[in-house]
Amino acid sequence: MNKLIPSLALVALTFALHGAGARAATPPALLPAVLTIHIKDFKFNPTPAKIHVGDRVTFVNDDDEPHTVTATDQSYDSEGLDTSNTWQHVYSKPGTYKYFCELHPYMKAVVVVTPAPAQ
Amino acid sequence: MRRKDFIEHVGWTGAGIAWSLSATGLLSAQPAEAASPFSFVQISDSHIGFTRPENPDVAGTLRKTIEDINALPNQPAFVVHTGDVTHLSKTTEFDDAKQLLGTLRAPLVVLPGEHDVIGSSKNFFANFARTDAPSGWFSFDQGGIHFVSLVNVFNFEIDGKLGQEQIDFVEKDLAAQKKSTPIVVFGHVPLYALYPEWGWTTEDGTKVLALLRRFDAVTVLNGHIHQIIQHTEGNIRFATAAATAYPQPAPGTAAKPGPLKVPDDKLLSFLGYRSVELATGGGTKVTDRALG
Repeated sequence: MNKLIPSLALVALTFALHGAGARAATPPALLPAVLTIHIKDFKFNPTPAKIHVGDRVTFVNDDDEPHTVTATDQSYDSEGLDTSNTWQHVYSKPGTYKYFCELHPYMKAVVVVTPAPAQ
Repeated sequence: MRRKDFIEHVGWTGAGIAWSLSATGLLSAQPAEAASPFSFVQISDSHIGFTRPENPDVAGTLRKTIEDINALPNQPAFVVHTGDVTHLSKTTEFDDAKQLLGTLRAPLVVLPGEHDVIGSSKNFFANFARTDAPSGWFSFDQGGIHFVSLVNVFNFEIDGKLGQEQIDFVEKDLAAQKKSTPIVVFGHVPLYALYPEWGWTTEDGTKVLALLRRFDAVTVLNGHIHQIIQHTEGNIRFATAAATAYPQPAPGTAAKPGPLKVPDDKLLSFLGYRSVELATGGGTKVTDRALG
């Protein structure tokens, strides 16, 4: 996969609430999420993360370095998250979602999405 | 480093490259030099948009770098920026960087770092595209040197990868060059395995290095790691450059790479630029200069 040809991201599934807010005085409010994945010391934690279909996940960069949350299949991408930036994503289909940091591709992690429990 | 040691360190090392070192890896004063008919300057890793305490004024340090270069008595034929012009590939960061770099007196050559192509290369090409390099990599001849400018940050999942198309380009390009022609290669991520644990390597760099072995004198200039590290493999001399933004830890001396906080009054001594001249005998003479 090559960045030379810009990809068509599936933005319909993505809630990019804060990606461009590095200079914002007041970070925008976050929607309720079932899980927060922290990016710290060049690792995503927890991984694997287990959620249900329709769950919203918050990613927060606790590192000094910027990172991205980028799906291996390019179905979603946070773009650059600076220190303390957050980004949210709703997983709408079951499956195993591999993702990594585009700036540090050795940082790899997984979100496992299972069908929603019966009401 | 004592002055005597320093003087001894400025000298020929093999195939025509003179390396200059100070305690921080940079010169704090310009040594006396004979006028050279041809020279160029390398700058790197400006990270416009970075605001953390390690350097809250990266625009200011880039501006000082440019002022120092513009004040050189012998203006370089061009200035090459070896990537990470911006911190997060944002449009506003590119706008600010382009405005600053536009004040250079010398012509500018820019290649991307991974921070310039987050998500896509669209913003980078919108600001620094060359009509003769639609793929990003290119070569040219100037001052008796054959230059090859590479891009090793376009792969989606691997930072530090050239790809077969680019390697094929290099093979064809170098095949037309004489063995005695001085070769200078630009790239962002180091082409050799400098410190793979931190991603400071190019996965398929050895393929290009193999193509460079037959030449008498090759100089490979990179950025990415925000510090000067010199390395020699036979006829190939590698030199990573200081940043204009902030330093990073030496390989393996910290738990992770990233911005290194140094005393405020020492920061400029870790930042700088590099002058390169064609040396008698066919190689290059590389001189690193600190901002303070």
